[in-house]
Amino acid sequence: MSEKMTYREAVRLGISEAMEKDERVFMMGEDVGRYGGCYAVSMGLQEQFGPQRIIDTPLSESAFTGAGVGAALNGMRPIVEIMTVNFSLLALDQIMNNAATLLHMSGGQFNVPLVIRMATGGGKQLAAQHSHSLEGWFAHIPGLKVLTPATVQDARDMIGLALADPDPVLIFENALLYNAKGELDTAAAPLPIGKALVHREGKDLTILAYGINLFKALEAAETLSKEGIEAEVIDLRSLRPLDDAAIMASLRKTHRVMVVDEGWKSGSISAEIMARINEQAFFELDAPMGRVCSMEVPIPYAKHLEDAVIPQPDKIVAMARRLMEAI
Amino acid sequence: MELDITLAREFYRQMLLIRRFEEKCVELYSNQKIRGFLHLYIGEEAIATGVMQALGADDSVLSTYREHGHALARGIPAKRIMAEMYGKVEGCSRGRGGSMHLFDAETRFYGGSAIVGGGLPLAIGMALADKMMKRDRVTVAFFGDGAVAEGAFHESMNLAALWQLPVLFVCENNRYAMGTALELTESETNLANKAAAYKIVSRQVDGMDVVAVAEAAEEAIAEVRAAKRPLFLECLTYRFRAHSMFDAELYREKTEVAEWKQKDPLAVLKMRAETAGLWAQLNADELEEEVSAIVDEAVAFAENGTLESLSDLEKFVYSEEAAQ
Ligand SMILES: Cc1ncc(C[n+]2csc(CCOP(=O)(O)OP(=O)(O)O)c2C)c(N)n1
Repeated sequence: MSEKMTYREAVRLGISEAMEKDERVFMMGEDVGRYGGCYAVSMGLQEQFGPQRIIDTPLSESAFTGAGVGAALNGMRPIVEIMTVNFSLLALDQIMNNAATLLHMSGGQFNVPLVIRMATGGGKQLAAQHSHSLEGWFAHIPGLKVLTPATVQDARDMIGLALADPDPVLIFENALLYNAKGELDTAAAPLPIGKALVHREGKDLTILAYGINLFKALEAAETLSKEGIEAEVIDLRSLRPLDDAAIMASLRKTHRVMVVDEGWKSGSISAEIMARINEQAFFELDAPMGRVCSMEVPIPYAKHLEDAVIPQPDKIVAMARRLMEAI
Repeated sequence: MELDITLAREFYRQMLLIRRFEEKCVELYSNQKIRGFLHLYIGEEAIATGVMQALGADDSVLSTYREHGHALARGIPAKRIMAEMYGKVEGCSRGRGGSMHLFDAETRFYGGSAIVGGGLPLAIGMALADKMMKRDRVTVAFFGDGAVAEGAFHESMNLAALWQLPVLFVCENNRYAMGTALELTESETNLANKAAAYKIVSRQVDGMDVVAVAEAAEEAIAEVRAAKRPLFLECLTYRFRAHSMFDAELYREKTEVAEWKQKDPLAVLKMRAETAGLWAQLNADELEEEVSAIVDEAVAFAENGTLESLSDLEKFVYSEEAAQ
């Protein structure tokens, strides 16, 4: 069965379905209850499930994220919402030193089935302290899983996937996607964590993207198609684990590859992906790898500056042309 | 609390075990048998001993990097702790944690955390889960006076009181955070007052007197369990040794240490037992032998333990069972 809805509604549906199914699931975060979530994701959920299960927290990122770890250790399935990824830095100790390490440090005794959702990304003129894309940083950390739903389908499915996972899973929702509409197949079996998805088939080059940049890449691919260049566009879906197999398979077909990543170039997930291609499929390359990342400045406020900093379809098109020109 | 012979013996035996176990650790450390950081609990044994005896098997314990005493008093076998310090598979954390990260599912011992104050939010979550599932459990969180300066402490106090969670906070105030005295780091050095500011029932107790700690802990845990709200117990104590094996201890006077040693928890208990006419009956020599045998056995167990195979090194980064 197929239904049209917004990304926001899809996340909400994922949460409410999970809460109906399992009484151990609860959600907490700043303004998730009475206010309805700062991006209105949890609007109505407190009326539906009560303040015991949709819990408003004080501005205490460290304590409520750590409380999520503790509750997960003690048999619950918490969903912690952190308003935006920038604020997750206040909870980094709990995410990295506790959530990601407890299983290993305890010699396999204590797993942490915690889900943390947060908004990520620029494009709303919110300036440097509300616009960054740090999912690549989190993908650096062993013990965590990092999901980046781009589509309405994944926005809903990934909540269930993350809750079913015995380990801590971070879900990064690009704030610009909340209003985006798409089709949701309610009956389809969700595509597992760690699987990338080919969104558009093509033979000339591979564009790897995730989150909102999937749509920028698809837009670029349309433009390129008019020029006779057929780009294969892949939604990575998960930054940790990365679907190496899907990446290399596409490369074996197109022999040219680029990555679109809203993180800063230096030390980014795009750098990691390029390194893996170098290690695993160097001889498949007909051209140097390319990437479109954010420019290396804190995201600025002014619209023209912000637009210039983050990846845009025209930059993706330009990079694709460059890859095609290389011998 | 009526100090009868059974109780006196048990308290003495427990504190002696912690003391002798750690003295052995120092020796092993000097012989390079164990490595890493080693934080000794010597001088503070009355707290772990007094608090743990008041807990039920279902209650949960969160501890710090100075946790050998807590782990032993909670009932993790000495040999599994020693094997952990040796980095052996038989260790309570399979050699992944070492001295600072002891874990044991069986006794609900959730570490072993080396980030000062970092375990406090976990205690909030543990207790929140118990409250939501209507379980009759208490979570006990141990931490030092240094942790009180961390944001995590304040955030956690607020949540515990706001949400009325069944947590017993046990602050082991030994007056120093590494080399810095409490007076140099806190505007309010009465830490119970700090917790009280969050509307948490708060008490202070002589942390050198195991009977006083045991009484205070029993009362506190009964209250937490019955009233389903947090309680803060500040135990006034002192560590007789340096902060860790790397500490030259230049920040405090030898006379101060000597003064506190007069209040050695073993001596305090001995005095109490003598007053009650129980000392002869307690048979301290026999307990020394018993404890010494346990420590020797632990060392032998650790020595004979196995090193984790390198092929298993990457285990336990993710849970083995795959998500559907
Ligand atoms: C967040 C953090 N900051 C600093 C340290 C380094 N450090 C380890 S122990 C310690 C002192 C802590 O003192 P206290 O909490 O009073 O506990 P005690 O060692 O006295 O038992 C410090 C500063 C740390 N481990 N974690």
